[in-house]
Amino acid sequence: MDAQAATALPQGIEFERGETAEEMYVNMGPQHPSTHGVLRLLLKLDGELIKDCIPYIGYLHRCHEKIGENRNYIQIIPYTDRLDYLASMYNNWSYVKAVEALMGVKPPERAEYMRVILGELQRIASHLIWMGTFGLDIGNFTIFMYCFREREMILDLFESVSGQRLNYAFFRIGGMPMDFPETFYNDADGFLEWFKGRLPEYDRVMTDNIIFQRRVQGVGILSEEDAVGYACSGPVLRGSGIRWDLRKNDPYGIYDRFEFDVPAGDRGDVWDRYMVRRLEMEESARIVEQALAQIPPGEIMAKVPKTIKPPAGQVYSRVESPRGELGHFIISDGTPNPYRYRVRSPAYVNLSALPAMLKGCLVADAVAVLGSIDIVLGEIDR
Amino acid sequence: MRRGATRHSLLVAGKSGRTVDELIQLLAGMGLPGLLAQAAGMLAVCAIIIGYIAVASMFMIWWERKISAHIQVRLGPMRVGGWHGWAQSIADGVKLLLKEDIVPTAADKLVFALAPIVVFATALATYVIIPFGPGLWTKNLNIGVLYYISISSLTVVGIIMAGWSSNNKYSVLGAMRSAAQAISYEVPLVVSVLGVIMVVGSLNMEAIVEYQSSRMWGFFPGHWLVWGQLVGFLVYFTAALAECNRLPFDIPEAESELVAGFHVEYSGIRFAMFFLAEYANMFVVSAIAVTMFLGGWKGPVLTLGFLSPGLAAKLWGLFWFLTKAYFLIFVMMWLRWTLARLRVDQLMHLGWKVLLPIAFLNLGFTGLFLILKDVWWGS
Repeated sequence: MDAQAATALPQGIEFERGETAEEMYVNMGPQHPSTHGVLRLLLKLDGELIKDCIPYIGYLHRCHEKIGENRNYIQIIPYTDRLDYLASMYNNWSYVKAVEALMGVKPPERAEYMRVILGELQRIASHLIWMGTFGLDIGNFTIFMYCFREREMILDLFESVSGQRLNYAFFRIGGMPMDFPETFYNDADGFLEWFKGRLPEYDRVMTDNIIFQRRVQGVGILSEEDAVGYACSGPVLRGSGIRWDLRKNDPYGIYDRFEFDVPAGDRGDVWDRYMVRRLEMEESARIVEQALAQIPPGEIMAKVPKTIKPPAGQVYSRVESPRGELGHFIISDGTPNPYRYRVRSPAYVNLSALPAMLKGCLVADAVAVLGSIDIVLGEIDR
Repeated sequence: MRRGATRHSLLVAGKSGRTVDELIQLLAGMGLPGLLAQAAGMLAVCAIIIGYIAVASMFMIWWERKISAHIQVRLGPMRVGGWHGWAQSIADGVKLLLKEDIVPTAADKLVFALAPIVVFATALATYVIIPFGPGLWTKNLNIGVLYYISISSLTVVGIIMAGWSSNNKYSVLGAMRSAAQAISYEVPLVVSVLGVIMVVGSLNMEAIVEYQSSRMWGFFPGHWLVWGQLVGFLVYFTAALAECNRLPFDIPEAESELVAGFHVEYSGIRFAMFFLAEYANMFVVSAIAVTMFLGGWKGPVLTLGFLSPGLAAKLWGLFWFLTKAYFLIFVMMWLRWTLARLRVDQLMHLGWKVLLPIAFLNLGFTGLFLILKDVWWGS
């Protein structure tokens, strides 16, 4: 059994060999209910105690970046949807923003407001899915249905705007393809009203529950140094106590016009990461409210040529997706296809910190810690 | 107060198993030889109990699906059978029966086949002492409580057999967790029950029920042991949840961690037996709780003109017993769909460092109270 596991290791990676006969290797995934897709964790266990952990990825690899080099700039937009399929709007945004920076195009103000509204609603939807599935990981099944109920409402809003419920492909280089429908403003207000009433409900089921608190507090601690050292971003970084949010620290679009807080933890455990996301939902709702109140009338599309040929050059542009810093790096050689197209995915980088968090945890914690990173395999494997 | 109760336990044991004995006598009267009549009578009772377990478990599975659905703002099964999907469990049972019987190549085949039988048989064996109503029991053992405690802890043997023989790492982990859990929870469970035994002075189920029979002010069940032994009841109920592997203590199965724990490799009818045994166990622990703490089958008896008084009492006893038991089962389901799962070390902590000391304190106070009562009221 040991020999088998050892031969399965990729070259250059070696487990510390154990002295005792009680240790065993367990493959958690790719077929496992709690690995959120097709992640495979090779765990070295001593009883229930995790001695070592190696995450294996690549089961969902689909040559995203290579495909990008063979499509023109507009054709790439629907592909970006499939990266982080729980927050498609952000992938669109990040990519579109990179091309706009390359071309020197500035989207009209109304389009920027639309992007913020859709983006922040998407953040709420993404965090809702995370909260529900995290409940499943911990063994609390009911929160899952509650969260999905509210997420459905957001998806209804998105459907009324873009006609799609999951992969919207709604952002365009230079603006937005169509305006909000008349009903959207009322529906969005109604949703926010309803959503604020539901947050205390989540707290009663999850946050205030003593069993839940015992399960997540002091588990999977990621120190400040480690969080920076592994280049973590998003709620994982903020959970470790570093108030780093691109919406505040490198405000893109029109984020400097809104009033919102950046929640952060102090211990870097699963609880802190949970609370960061839980509070971020409130902040996002605040931003959407302000944006809905301020949104000006006007154009939604800048003047952009039919065939997009950015001048030769390179650009790295980043946004704060629900999972962290989502960046697109594009090298243009002046042709309709990018010369190089690369994605910096937050879930991939955050996942690399998993072994550091898992040292000394139990098997049950592995599930909680993995859940607290909020991975989406579509983005990790690309 | 009720001093007589302590002494009447041995008398009760004499008239044990009335209904079953009547049945055997009836069969013997029809001309069957004595031993054969005995066997036939026992077989008939066994068939009744297995039938009850099957029907009740299927009902409970459907019921749990409905309860969980309504807690989770869903509807649950709505199609099979028409009215609120009442036939869903039957359809599921048929499906499980028709499934291919898969045994993993690396499994220890004999143990693998035996494990679900052991688990189900132990669940079945505990039904022997459950007093469904006056006279409605298989055997009125004078060591009833002891019998229940010893038989119910055998379940874990079956679970370890299943986990070990599957030759799967997840099932081994599940089995080991189950063993650890059983040890941690048997002890507080037994100690919590001791309080009741001390008050009643008997291990006999009928004696325990009879002790709780009188009423305050004509209607209030003030002699239910749950009032005096509230701490014992809470400890018992918590430990019983762990005994049944129900959330928040479903650590041996823990589908998000161990996939399905000890029954990962089981499918088809073998899996169905584990599933049935789980629900059968739920009923058993609730039934024991009802008997020990909630007055058993006692409740207001309304006379029915067209039934003989004896039969009416039996039916009403059955009615009240099942009502109370299913209420406790409802509470178990409610907890399952509200709470998160504990971690293994937290479970041990709760069992050894919280429940056990509380149970012992309860025992000590019960003993003190009984002594003081003797001193003040004399014997």
